[in-house]
Amino acid sequence: MAHDHSQDEHHDHSHLDEMDLKVRTLESLLVEKGYVKSEALDEIVETYEFRVGPRNGAQVVAKAWTDSAYLDRLRKDATAAISELGFSGRQGEHMRVVENTDETHNMVVCTLCSCYPWSVLGLPPVWYKSVPYRSRAVIEPEAVLAEFGLKLRKGKTIKVWDSTAEMRYLVIPERPAGTEGWSEEDLAKLVTRDSMIGTGLALNLDTLS
Amino acid sequence: MDRTASQIALDTISSIPRECGEAVFAEPWEARALAMAVHLNEQGLFTWPQWADRFGAALEVNTNAGEPLTYYQVWMATLEDMMEAKGIADADTRKKRDDEWLAAAARTPHGKAIEL
Repeated sequence: MAHDHSQDEHHDHSHLDEMDLKVRTLESLLVEKGYVKSEALDEIVETYEFRVGPRNGAQVVAKAWTDSAYLDRLRKDATAAISELGFSGRQGEHMRVVENTDETHNMVVCTLCSCYPWSVLGLPPVWYKSVPYRSRAVIEPEAVLAEFGLKLRKGKTIKVWDSTAEMRYLVIPERPAGTEGWSEEDLAKLVTRDSMIGTGLALNLDTLS
Repeated sequence: MDRTASQIALDTISSIPRECGEAVFAEPWEARALAMAVHLNEQGLFTWPQWADRFGAALEVNTNAGEPLTYYQVWMATLEDMMEAKGIADADTRKKRDDEWLAAAARTPHGKAIEL
C-alpha cells in the first residue's frame, strides 16, 4: 500500500489532494476579491502550528533515548518503528532518523510542503517553506542556525538533509545532560518541534525552568 | 490579535476538536480552513452565531449521511456555501479555479511552490 503511494509520488510534477485543492481554491478566490490576506492566514495558522501531532515525534525521540533496542529498530527501519507507536499517516511514511552526536549536528530542509512529515512533527513552521530558509540552509547552515539562536560547538560538522517525497527525516537531538533516570513521558516534554528539524536543541534543565 | 480572534472562535464554537483547550488538527489544511473562518469573521463577513447556525445544521445533516464527512470537511463545505450565498464565489467559479490549480500543479516540477 505504502509502495503504491510512493509510486504515485514518483511523478516529477506536484500533486494536490482533494482538500488541499478546495482550500487553495477558496483562499485564492477570496484573496483576489480582497476578503482575505494570505499573510493574515499564515499568522493565524502560526498560532496553531504546534497542534498537529507535535507530541508524536517527541515520544519517538524519548523512547529512542531510553530504549536501545527501539533505537536499533529506528535505525534499521524508522517507518516501521514509528508506526509501532501508532503514528503513521500519508505524510509520515518513508521516514529515516538522523542522530545528533558530539561531532555531528543534523538539520532538515524540505523543498515542498507535502514532504513535511506532519503526522510525526506537527505543522511546519511558516519559515520552513520559505525560499531563503531552503536555499541558505544548504549554503550557509551555520549562519541560519545562528539566526535561530543556535550556536554549536566549534568544529561540529553540520549535515543538511533534503527531504523529498520519497524520504523524510526526523532528527534525534542529543539527550540533555542531567536527565538520567527520567521517564519517557518527562523526556518527551524536552523535545521541541524545532529540535526534531534540527533548528533547535532539546530543552535542557536550564531552559525548562 | 490573531490568538484572540482564534480564541473567540474556540470559545463560541464548542464543537471544534481540541486537546488541553487548544484546537487540534488531523491535517494541515484543516488549520488553514479554521484560520480562513477566523479571518473572515474578523473581516465582518459573518458573526459566530451565524456560523454556528449554518455549520451546526450541516453537521447534523452529515451525521445522518451514508458516508459522513470529517468535521473539517463539513467546515470547508460550510465556508463554500456561505461564500456562494454571499455571491462571492459560486460553484462554477470554484470549479474553474480547481482546474487552474490542478493545471498549475501538473506543470510545477516537484520541489517548487505551486503557483497559479
